[in-house]
Amino acid sequence: MHKQNIIEVDGLTKKFGDFTAVDAISFQVKRGEIFGFLGANGAGKTTAIKMLIGLSRPTEGKGKVAGFDIDEEAEQVKKNIGYMSQKFSLYDDLTPKENIRFYGGVYGLSRNRIKERTRDILKELRLEEVADKPVVALPLGWKQRLAFAISMVHDPDIVFLDEPTGGVDPQVRRQFWETIYQVAEQGRTIFVTTHYMDEAEYCDRVSIMVTGKIEALDTPEKLKETYNANTMDEVFLRLVRY
Amino acid sequence: MFKVFRAFVKKEFYHILRDKRTLLILFGMPLAQILIFGYAVTNEFKDAQIDVLDYAKDETSIQLIDHLQSSGNFQLNKVLYSETQMEAGMKAGDSKLVVVIPENFSRDFYAGRPIKIQVVADGSDPNNANTLGQYVTQMVNSFQMQRRATIPDPYRINVESRMMYNPQLASAYNFVPGTIALILLIICAMLTSLTIAREKELGTMEILLVSPLPPLLIILGKVTPYAILSFTNAILVLLLGHFVFDVPIVGSIVLLLLMCFLYVVTALVLGTLISTVSRTQQDAMMRSLMGLMMPSMILSGFIFPLTSMPVLLQYIGQLVPATYFIEILKAVMLRGVGFSFILFEVGVLLIMTLVFLLITWRKFKIRLE
Repeated sequence: MHKQNIIEVDGLTKKFGDFTAVDAISFQVKRGEIFGFLGANGAGKTTAIKMLIGLSRPTEGKGKVAGFDIDEEAEQVKKNIGYMSQKFSLYDDLTPKENIRFYGGVYGLSRNRIKERTRDILKELRLEEVADKPVVALPLGWKQRLAFAISMVHDPDIVFLDEPTGGVDPQVRRQFWETIYQVAEQGRTIFVTTHYMDEAEYCDRVSIMVTGKIEALDTPEKLKETYNANTMDEVFLRLVRY
Repeated sequence: MFKVFRAFVKKEFYHILRDKRTLLILFGMPLAQILIFGYAVTNEFKDAQIDVLDYAKDETSIQLIDHLQSSGNFQLNKVLYSETQMEAGMKAGDSKLVVVIPENFSRDFYAGRPIKIQVVADGSDPNNANTLGQYVTQMVNSFQMQRRATIPDPYRINVESRMMYNPQLASAYNFVPGTIALILLIICAMLTSLTIAREKELGTMEILLVSPLPPLLIILGKVTPYAILSFTNAILVLLLGHFVFDVPIVGSIVLLLLMCFLYVVTALVLGTLISTVSRTQQDAMMRSLMGLMMPSMILSGFIFPLTSMPVLLQYIGQLVPATYFIEILKAVMLRGVGFSFILFEVGVLLIMTLVFLLITWRKFKIRLE
């Protein structure tokens, strides 16, 4: 495995009966990269991401995440990744503090480490004032950033974000991407799926999935050049049409 | 691993303590149920209103009427004077039953001639009518025994019945075991399926599955608090039944609690099974109510005796775990039998639990694929 590649996927395939949801995809993601995983709804994004995070076993092909085989060493993979979904996945009736503590406990952090992380996260997100109020009362944008911070409570090498900005207004989305940049600057790899094409511009590299296959993979600039388009939206439309 | 488990249980207790609905189900339901079954739903009658059509109007007939009332089951509503008045009381709902005493009652009674006392009951409520009719028969028999003790009658067959294990035929003896079975099921199965479905709805289940936690630990962490709480509840109901409704606990308490524990496990497995097939809380709620609560209430023999049901329903009733659990409870609590007498029921419950566990495990794995 190349030292620089933190995700390596080769011919990864998932079949449900006769239906091929993911059709032999191959790609690499470098350490510290923000990798955009794009595709329309039903293109196979979610199935692919599920195989990468160990929730689903591949039918064929190989994959390595953080140096571990996604099929044979799924447990090791799980320890080294963070995951956040569109639903934010916080416990509404628990306070931010309790949420952080619980997830810290789930990842087996020591008591001191949990305390440390709780303090850091609350400070970083300026949530100290509402630390003891139930999450349900927080504005959406705060919940989103709290969920993101909690997905990294155990200091994973890679964070998988599955449509993290779904249903959030543009301004909050912008703020969130700033947070993503900060995290990437610290050397963490970000693997993000989205169907907002403007967000694709923020990624270092993007792959575009169409009906189970990766049809394009490059930097946003190169893709626009190749497909003779002004925006990623146009790139996407061209790929889907032809 | 234990630390993770503790974090889980702690979190689960936060959920329970902060959710008014769960709290209500947990602590309000057992109390409400036992009090409702105890005071409201009862097959015993106190002060049922009756009319009497007394053709005799002699000393003995008046004594009989007094005797009827002395049991506390009946209260005289009206003394009627003609047959035409008989229906009026029932139609108005003022009386449940008319006792007709024939002419020359006193004379015939002491002469030892056959007498027919007519009992006309309001059959629109068949169970009540039946019970009341039986009460009248009993009272008339005892009247006869008292008055004619001096005149032995060699041609009579006397039936003397004695109710073992429940001499007063108190309905509490039946509903306390039934309520325990229901409450354990509601709390363990329904709340467990709800809480797991809730994690799915919130998306937190996905996060937990992505974490390095073994799935078994997730499930155990979720069900343990409910197991503890429902076990506490079972004890609460037992205490209420014992001290408020005087239900005895004849058999071994250790065996009783052990059986409760077995049933708690069965219910938890059922709850988990329901949660594996339901996506939302509402879904889980419907499935628990229709699939568990209804059959456990109706087909377990708790309210209606199984033997009087159509054969098909009897078979279905035999698939309901509560049927066996109620049987075990009654055997240990009331009849005071030891383990060897309930081997069959315990065996069936164990096998059911194992089968459910196997199905749950398979479903859970399939979902992970």
